[in-house]
Amino acid sequence: MTVPAIELHDVTRRYDDGPPALHDTTLSIAPGEAVAVLGPSGSGKSTLLNLIAGLDRPSGGTVTVDGVRVDKLNEAGSARYRRDKIGMVFQFFNLLDDLTVLDNVVLPAQLSGMTRSAARLRAEELLDALGVARHAAAYPGRLSGGERQRVAVARALMNRPTLLLADEPTGALDTASGDEVKRLLNDLHADGQTIVLVTHDLALAESCATRTIRLVDGRVVADNTRAVTVGRAR
Amino acid sequence: MSAMARVVRAGVARRRVQTVVIGLATMMAVTAAVLGGSLLAASSGPFDRAFAQQHGAHLTTQFDAAKTTAARLTASARADGVIASAGPFPTATATPRDAAADIDLPPMTIVGRATPGGEVDRVPLSQGRWVNGPGQIVVAADYPLGPSPLDTVLRFPDLPGQPALTVVGVARSVSRTGDAWVSPSEVAALTAPGAAGGYQMLYRFAEASTAAHVDRGQAAVVALVGSPALAGAQSWLTVKDANEREVALFLPFLLAFGVLGLVMSVLVVGTVIAGAVGTATRRIGVLKAIGFTPAQVVRAYVAQALTPAAVGIAAGVVAGNLLAIPVLADTDQLYGTTTAGVTWWTDAVVVAGALGMVALTAWAAALRAGRLRTIDAIAVGRRPRPGRGQWAARLTARLPLPRPVSLGLAHPFARPARAAAVLAAIMFGATTVTFAVGVAASLNQVQLAKDHAAADVIIDTFAPPPGAGPAPNTKPRVLSADDTAKITTAIQAQPGTGKYYSVATTRVAVAGMTGSARLDAFTGDASWDGYEMVSGRWFTRPGEAAVPSTFLTATGTRIGDSIVLTDHGKAMPVRIVGEVLHPTNNLLVFADAATFAATKPNLTAASYHIRLADGVDVTRYLTGLNSALATSGFTAEPQRSTGSSGTIVLLDALAALLTLMLVAVAAMGVLNMVVLDTRERVRDLGIHKALGMTPRQTIAMVIASVAVTGLAGGAIGVAIGVAVHRAVTPAMGQAAGTNLPASVTDVYQPTTLLLLGLGGLLIAGAGAFLPAGWAARTRTAVALRTE
Repeated sequence: MTVPAIELHDVTRRYDDGPPALHDTTLSIAPGEAVAVLGPSGSGKSTLLNLIAGLDRPSGGTVTVDGVRVDKLNEAGSARYRRDKIGMVFQFFNLLDDLTVLDNVVLPAQLSGMTRSAARLRAEELLDALGVARHAAAYPGRLSGGERQRVAVARALMNRPTLLLADEPTGALDTASGDEVKRLLNDLHADGQTIVLVTHDLALAESCATRTIRLVDGRVVADNTRAVTVGRAR
Repeated sequence: MSAMARVVRAGVARRRVQTVVIGLATMMAVTAAVLGGSLLAASSGPFDRAFAQQHGAHLTTQFDAAKTTAARLTASARADGVIASAGPFPTATATPRDAAADIDLPPMTIVGRATPGGEVDRVPLSQGRWVNGPGQIVVAADYPLGPSPLDTVLRFPDLPGQPALTVVGVARSVSRTGDAWVSPSEVAALTAPGAAGGYQMLYRFAEASTAAHVDRGQAAVVALVGSPALAGAQSWLTVKDANEREVALFLPFLLAFGVLGLVMSVLVVGTVIAGAVGTATRRIGVLKAIGFTPAQVVRAYVAQALTPAAVGIAAGVVAGNLLAIPVLADTDQLYGTTTAGVTWWTDAVVVAGALGMVALTAWAAALRAGRLRTIDAIAVGRRPRPGRGQWAARLTARLPLPRPVSLGLAHPFARPARAAAVLAAIMFGATTVTFAVGVAASLNQVQLAKDHAAADVIIDTFAPPPGAGPAPNTKPRVLSADDTAKITTAIQAQPGTGKYYSVATTRVAVAGMTGSARLDAFTGDASWDGYEMVSGRWFTRPGEAAVPSTFLTATGTRIGDSIVLTDHGKAMPVRIVGEVLHPTNNLLVFADAATFAATKPNLTAASYHIRLADGVDVTRYLTGLNSALATSGFTAEPQRSTGSSGTIVLLDALAALLTLMLVAVAAMGVLNMVVLDTRERVRDLGIHKALGMTPRQTIAMVIASVAVTGLAGGAIGVAIGVAVHRAVTPAMGQAAGTNLPASVTDVYQPTTLLLLGLGGLLIAGAGAFLPAGWAARTRTAVALRTE
């Protein structure tokens, strides 16, 4: 039996006295799956992603990723966990404006203690593979939205993460750039990368995910696996 | 509640860290300013101020009671030029003994005064009360009775009936009119049998600004009373000169600290407020977007800055006044004055200045933000302008350092204005520490030089013979040739003796000068015993002399000149070969005793000073030497460290207090800037943490972001501190009438400078540590949402 890449058991996240953002959620994601989490604003999508990424801690229940009990980690442990196992892509890219594209991409590896020269080789490979190598010396502010998101994906993949988490990766992009990112995620999934994708965009979910989970008011109301295999689009 | 009030209240309440920082920084700055301002006020003509407050006596006269009458003295108040007088007060001179401590005290001039007030010389009490009956005495604050003289019983064993008086008060007459005061009826019992006693009369003249004026006034008084009755007179100018000489060494030091305190306060308050309002630009944009006019924005932000600042100012004034109590008490002791604490106008000026500073800075910063186009105000504010400092980021990325450290190192270049403010705060802190350390070291050098205490063993001919019990130590035993031979032989024969010399003290006249000079006549080389040379050299043969700077100034001579010392009508020319560091108000000459062999053949050594050979145990040496001296009746004792004088201790404590405060203010300035910065960069912090930056790495990055600024600020501050020290220290010496040698002015060793420079890093680290911890603890998810 395959060990799940992600396993949430009775996970609740409550902020102050309000209703729980996530309520008794239990789910399991297998390695290599591409899962899209859908739902309206305030349904708990980002909370779920933050809990898996170790950016937040549940009020109750357990979160296990690749055998690591994420809910038990302290701050330093969470940081190391993110470095080793998680790559994150954000809606607004979250690139550091005062670092060049290359310096942004090598950063996670350097935080892990890799030398700059070794990290640089890997970063150049990634930037080349993602088609933004020519921008390596540029600053993020000079890039288009799609290019910035590609850089963000390169940075997310820098440490060869077990899991790629993407929070509305096309939410801030025009249609053409959004399509670029869709193709990129498809490619990654085709290469076996486990992906959890939070989005409002049904088209994105349909094109990139093999499984969709729908959240409403912090509860899983639907969990569908598509029979089709998402292949390399390019 | 109006919209404006709501905005102000929300701004104060929601930005708690910044509110607290503004309050604390303002409090520290105001505390330092009150203390600095009080020092400036207390140091501004302390003698003149106290003299005016006390209606000091321009002329203090002592009359022989046998040659005049009280009525005649009372009538002298009508002498030409006299505008006020006090007296006649009966006086006596007697030598008391502290009954409880069983020790003799110096002779005291006792004045019979029923009240401390009057037209002239209103003597303020610093402790206790004035005498109101027999058996009581008030002593002068500078009379050596220790720090708690109240209730001490002074016995007068030389007087009939051995009267005993209890100290009921301590007073400080700036005119130095007496060592103690009793009820007038008590004076008769304190007058030695057969002595006529005396009267003291105090006068104020219409004109007394020059010695000629005072002399003219004295002549007018004497004309009425009769010159034979005048036993002595003291001009206020003499007292003033002595007082100012005593405090002059320390005045520039206190002034410099006062100015530093004020400048630092202005700097910190300015940067804190400007930074606080500057980071609110985005909020200001939002306020404008919903309809606030630029004027309303400015008013709201001035009020928002003034609210915590007002609390800080109030707390700072209270803290400053409380801290000033012991400091001003000490400066009173130093200046010989009496003050009632911080003057109201010092508080008022500091409060008004601080409020004005806060309002002005907030107004300027808010006005700038208020005038921005709304869309620009919303756009800027949270992030540094893209492009700034990218070269530094590129450069540091290539350094072989952990990435969090190199990221932090590049950070100041993205916010150059803020880095400059941090630099200024650290620079001032480092300047203060450097200056304080330097002055403390210089003062200690002066004290060491003044003590001349490098010997290991002393034979003091003032000391009583062993086993004789306490005895009056007022004059040395007259040594016979046999005594001298015994002591010299014992010292020379004692194994372990390294170097030794003896010194005798007498008085000689200096040709061309009125009065006499003290002569320290040495037998043997004394140059090793802490006689620090300002210039020239120590004397090496008869006919040569070394003198303090005051002697050169008073006689108008220079090194190489010859002077004529006269004793018993015999003139002895000596050549000045060196200028010795020895702060003194009096004429003093150091010379070889052989120079005076002809005129003073029986010159008695007051003490012998011995330095032991390397590795010799002092105790064993003393046992041996005392055994050899047993038959002579003299005792060798270890050189007792005189320690620091009270003034040095006071100044060291003051330096430490002000340094601590100003460094804390500097660290507060850094704290404020780093808090602002960390808040602004919270999104970047979130990104770093999302990418796997650990809390420790986050702390390292934030601390590193002030490291370069800390090092630069430390280096510049140390350079300025050294320069200020070099400017102030010689001024201190010159004010005290002495030149200072390099050992006093060049006190900074390379290692000291290095450590002081690293002090800037320490201030930066201390200021950045709290926000670094805050950054490390910030939850990543929250940080990423902060956009």
